[in-house]
Amino acid sequence: MSLITTLARLEAVDTGRAQPLATVRHRHLTDRPLVLVPLTTAGEAGAPLGALVGTDRDAPRLLIVPQPRDRDLRFAFLAELADIVLPYIDDHAQDVGTAERNETDPETGKRVKVEVELCADAPQLIVPSRAGIDLVRLLGRSMRFRRTAEQDPETPHPAPPRVPLLGRWLTHYGERARVPGSSLLTALTDVLSRHWATGQSTLEDQHLGALLAWIDPPEGGSGAEAALRAELLRDARGQLVCPPAGPSTDPAFDNKLLAPAIERYDRARTALAAAEDGVEADDRLGELTAAERHIRDLVASRTRPTWDAVWHGLDLLRALPEGPRAADRWTRDRWSFTGHRDRVLAGEPPQPRRDDAVTAANKLATREREQARLEAQEALDDPLVMAGRRLAGEAFAGEVTDVVMAYSEGKRPSPRPLVTVRTDDRPQLGDRVRVYRSLGGKPQTAEFVGYEEGDAAGSPPARTSPGPEGAPDPAGSPGLPCPGGALVVLRVLDKMGRGKEPEPGSVPEKGDLLCYTLFEHEQRGGAKLPDPEDTPWTHGGPPGETDAAPRPDAVTDEDVL
Amino acid sequence: MDKAVLASALGAPSAFGQSQFAFMRGNAFEARVKADGGTELLRLVHENLDAAAEPPASGAVPDLGAVGPEGRTARTALALREATASGGWTLLDHPMLALDVADSPAFLEPDAVVVHPDGSWTVVEIKSFPMLDGSADAAKVGAAARQAAVYVLALERVAARLDPAPEVRQTVLLVCPKDFSNLPTASAVDVRKQRSVTRRQLDRLVRVEDIADALPEGTCFAPGLPPAELTAAVESVPAAYAPECLSACELAFHCRARSRARGAVTTLGRSLRAELGALSSVDDVLSAARGTAGDPADPTVATLRRAARLRAEALGPAGTAGAGTPGTPAPGGGNRATGDDAADEAPRPAGRAARTGRSGAPCH
Repeated sequence: MSLITTLARLEAVDTGRAQPLATVRHRHLTDRPLVLVPLTTAGEAGAPLGALVGTDRDAPRLLIVPQPRDRDLRFAFLAELADIVLPYIDDHAQDVGTAERNETDPETGKRVKVEVELCADAPQLIVPSRAGIDLVRLLGRSMRFRRTAEQDPETPHPAPPRVPLLGRWLTHYGERARVPGSSLLTALTDVLSRHWATGQSTLEDQHLGALLAWIDPPEGGSGAEAALRAELLRDARGQLVCPPAGPSTDPAFDNKLLAPAIERYDRARTALAAAEDGVEADDRLGELTAAERHIRDLVASRTRPTWDAVWHGLDLLRALPEGPRAADRWTRDRWSFTGHRDRVLAGEPPQPRRDDAVTAANKLATREREQARLEAQEALDDPLVMAGRRLAGEAFAGEVTDVVMAYSEGKRPSPRPLVTVRTDDRPQLGDRVRVYRSLGGKPQTAEFVGYEEGDAAGSPPARTSPGPEGAPDPAGSPGLPCPGGALVVLRVLDKMGRGKEPEPGSVPEKGDLLCYTLFEHEQRGGAKLPDPEDTPWTHGGPPGETDAAPRPDAVTDEDVL
Repeated sequence: MDKAVLASALGAPSAFGQSQFAFMRGNAFEARVKADGGTELLRLVHENLDAAAEPPASGAVPDLGAVGPEGRTARTALALREATASGGWTLLDHPMLALDVADSPAFLEPDAVVVHPDGSWTVVEIKSFPMLDGSADAAKVGAAARQAAVYVLALERVAARLDPAPEVRQTVLLVCPKDFSNLPTASAVDVRKQRSVTRRQLDRLVRVEDIADALPEGTCFAPGLPPAELTAAVESVPAAYAPECLSACELAFHCRARSRARGAVTTLGRSLRAELGALSSVDDVLSAARGTAGDPADPTVATLRRAARLRAEALGPAGTAGAGTPGTPAPGGGNRATGDDAADEAPRPAGRAARTGRSGAPCH
């Protein structure tokens, strides 16, 4: 947590309201996201108990598993879920545009441009909290190796059709959620706490109700008090007024309300099975239906508040303008979605249980690169994020006080103008450190030449040894900003055209207000990894024969998912 | 002392509770693992920890029943001695061990202890979270390892009283359901590190008597007392609240309320203390940041002021909550510069999207 964030949190404590951590929205939100509010049965493997799901905030679909230990009922739940989620995915999969991308021609080995399909938009899945993302991943893992009766008539407990396909999609979404900056599958608490600082710890921010209470407290009330109520207030029956966002339920709900309801359902089912004639069966079917309805009502009462809270949170986020570079990251999400769509269409087997060495290394490299990209893009989109980077000495802003034309030495001298910037920031500049500014959306590079002993600038700030928070070591001039700021001399290196005279507008002019960063704006891909078949022996060698269709999991009578 | 009752009496009841579903499932799984005289469990121990030993054809499962925790502890010690001498496989189901914590005995009940044919002892921990494709939730495994480390320490006390002292294995066996089934699978977990950490913590614990001595005469924690008196009594024991307490201690909500009322910065997380140096209360920090208090020569204060100035500048004139420092106008800079380039960025050439998309596409 940077000091600016800490400060925002402390201000939130002071004012009783959440404070902004961003001036723009750093995650893309589609017009029609699919919201999923799942509940699981306690017991740690997360057997589904029910869910509210849908794209229409006024008409969610309620799915329940009246007896979570019954495999058939669980399958019925998953099949229903598939019937909602897969059409939503298909809608997006069919709406394609074209895009170009570079590919290596297999014959010539040259890089050529190929026209490929890119889905115009991608389906976006929103869950209330981070635990919801874990559940999506878990559901995906449990479903993708299932066999339907059509695939394998011998399988002991055939899954309903489309359930394995849903498993593959949920697995893909769960994996994608691990990529920084991606928003295919998003936990609302994560996004909200990215944009607002509350006066509670990040641990407590995981509670959606409390988080929203801080961000949007009731009229005239304090967010801190509202958050406390959301967290702890119980009604006369000992139930939380604001139920946890799940997927786990409150133990008091399990023990006092849910367990008796499930017991009643079990009794009604046993009674129905034992019915001897039609009239009796009718009566008992009525009781079974009533018992099931009771569980439905219970599940609805625990999920509906969360459902409404999720949409409320989305409203709050939509009120922020979207950061310009969030669209770029969403394009990556669309590529990811399109790529998986193509793999499914091509009939590839489900994602393996374990990645081979090359795939795993690629995934890690992607996450690292995307993390760096996210950090750079957020700073460029948002002056508040940039302020944090400036405080840490990773960027500086100031006014251009002087521009001196200079040229490189060599046969064809190119322009290398020297620009002096007056800044109050304390960038960690070393000899010939490269700095970047955004010029028409593209980074222009300059290198640090030195500090100018100007009229106002006293001794240049210490260049070395940042403190733990990146604050410059105050040795020498203890913490006092130089009265007029430091004068930083930079040499501009590129983006000035090919001629001897720089293109108009490509060189800063006196009086310009600029912001230079010490980090790169765009991330380069790392070194290319070998194909999986060429995995070196140091990394386990080639993965060997992978079975075309991985074996399904062993099934027992007491499975939970 | 029942801290949950105390917390309720203080008006800040704890939120802990176990759902009967979780309880039932945990018990059902444990019963399954130990079924048939522990055949399956001994097989897992043999396979994962002691493959060189003879396979356990049949293991002895001594009866450990006795009256009271002391009686069960003595019975366990006896059974361990006999099993070590027998030279075969023995499974001790729910033995009772004693460990001195801050000079008062605490009784512990591991899920199982297995005695190997070579006379060494292994702690077995049975958990109901799944091991998916050979790996389980790291946080839960960590918690299980810390728990098992305590049992290892307690077993070592028992072993030290025997002659020759048998070896207590530093690798415990964690038994979990495999994938989504109820079939047990196991993994060896090295707890040497957790054991030494726990041991150091136990050695450093202040003795309960010392804490009691430091309390004012007549301090009483009876939940029946009037809340004000009870609060004062609890206050007399120093507590350093941090958010992590919420998942561990029944009194956490009480401590949190007190900590918030004091305005302690650690209410927001331990890391803040490292960041903010000597400024330990919210008011101190904010007044230092606003320039109304604090020594500007203090590096923490100076950095805070810079942070407050940068934040106010970035939020613009509409920025909230008076974090701005009066006087020095912001040196132009960040706000406009980045704002301008954001505007330039919006109409993005199509080629860029395609190009960047390529590098983002490959593996996800």
